[in-house]
Amino acid sequence: MQNLGINAIFQGRNFQRLFEGLLITMEISFVSIVIATLLGILIGLSRTTKNKPLLLINRLYLEFFRIIPTLVWLFVFYFGVTTALNVDLSGLSVAIIVFSLWGAAEMGDIVRGALQSLPQHQTESGMALGLNHWQLYLYVLIPQAVRRTLPGTINLATRMIKTTSLVVLIGVIDVVKIGQQIIETSRFEFPTASFWVYGFIFVLYFIICYPLSILSDKLEMKWNN
Amino acid sequence: MKNKNDITLLKISDLHKEFDHKEILKGVSFELHRGEVLVILGPSGCGKSTLLRCINGLEKIQAGDIIFNDASLTQDNTNWPDIRGKIGMVFQNYDLFPHMTVIDNILLGPLKVQKREKNEALEQAEDLLARVGLLDRKDAFPRQLSGGQKQRIAIVRALCMNPEIILFDEVTASLDPEVVREVLDVILGLAKQGMTMVIVTHEMGFARSVADRIIFMDEGNICEIAEPDVFFTNPQTERAQHFLNIFQY
Repeated sequence: MQNLGINAIFQGRNFQRLFEGLLITMEISFVSIVIATLLGILIGLSRTTKNKPLLLINRLYLEFFRIIPTLVWLFVFYFGVTTALNVDLSGLSVAIIVFSLWGAAEMGDIVRGALQSLPQHQTESGMALGLNHWQLYLYVLIPQAVRRTLPGTINLATRMIKTTSLVVLIGVIDVVKIGQQIIETSRFEFPTASFWVYGFIFVLYFIICYPLSILSDKLEMKWNN
Repeated sequence: MKNKNDITLLKISDLHKEFDHKEILKGVSFELHRGEVLVILGPSGCGKSTLLRCINGLEKIQAGDIIFNDASLTQDNTNWPDIRGKIGMVFQNYDLFPHMTVIDNILLGPLKVQKREKNEALEQAEDLLARVGLLDRKDAFPRQLSGGQKQRIAIVRALCMNPEIILFDEVTASLDPEVVREVLDVILGLAKQGMTMVIVTHEMGFARSVADRIIFMDEGNICEIAEPDVFFTNPQTERAQHFLNIFQY
């Protein structure tokens, strides 16, 4: 009798394990996206100042994270930084650190772009009302900038979620790694398991990324009335 | 200066302003009295908008002084947010905040800057909106309004701060001709109520009917200060004569 590969997913605890792997993927993504967004807003704000050294540091930071592949950053932190500083960091912690730093660099650039795209007269009419510097950002500039960052932020978030699949290479057992394990252990019993397991993982990624697209559309609709 | 009281609210003396070593204002002096409407006329680039922006602290000045209510505004510790609550400004571009409704636009300053009571500020805002005929649009967003409506809201927003002076910087210059009138009527109404205003405009008929005095500027200098009838019928300087001729067909 032909063993259907799809059964590999439901063999033993496999189904449950895939979801546990998915939770790891979601944990890394979710925590990193939250940290990246908060840090990114601060970085974006600091990039609208005229402080030259601060701008230079920001610029270097962004370029380093853009130019060097995320995988290399994971290795640098997992193997390099831990030995150099003699600290013990789990693969999961390293993943969260690297994805947060990368996301913050990109988010900072998105926020900067959005702030700078706001017309100058918005700043001036806020000032003419007597708003101080902080009130101007809080009530006038940031709310408008946030709307403009939305497409870029959603794009970044989905890229971060997808890129977390690299953490396999620093020993983190995420959903992709568990999929591989299932395929290997059931290779004789279910020869077509790889098709079904990876197909299932495809669906799982879709399930976590697609709501972001819907959220983005909803917010855009709401803000455009 | 008939029927105006003679308290000097604002005194500008020998104001100099330059951008990148180019002198825009070359020593401008005048006084504004409480309840007075000053209209500044002059060709494009004469420095009239820059002058308004200096009074509101949006531009730093290089020399001279601005005295408001007997206090100099050129000190390092000038509290501009506080001053701007007392010297309102309305701009050429409809400068409403697009992410807020009309009423939120109007209440932002009173609630956040002046920390006023919500009900009291709301009551004043609705009263002012009713006066410009836009009370029914209070929950609309700026993009749902016409240019003339936006500009009337911008005026209400400035008024709701209860300023002592309002500066108008070419507020009808971006408007379609058919809605210019509705905005000018609002300003004319304010003049009748005794609001102190400095108005930069290119609407000559309006300038003549609203102004107590006309200031004519050219190339960063004040060439002439006169009552409107005198200025429009018998301008003293050649530059003013030339300028007025442009508007005659």
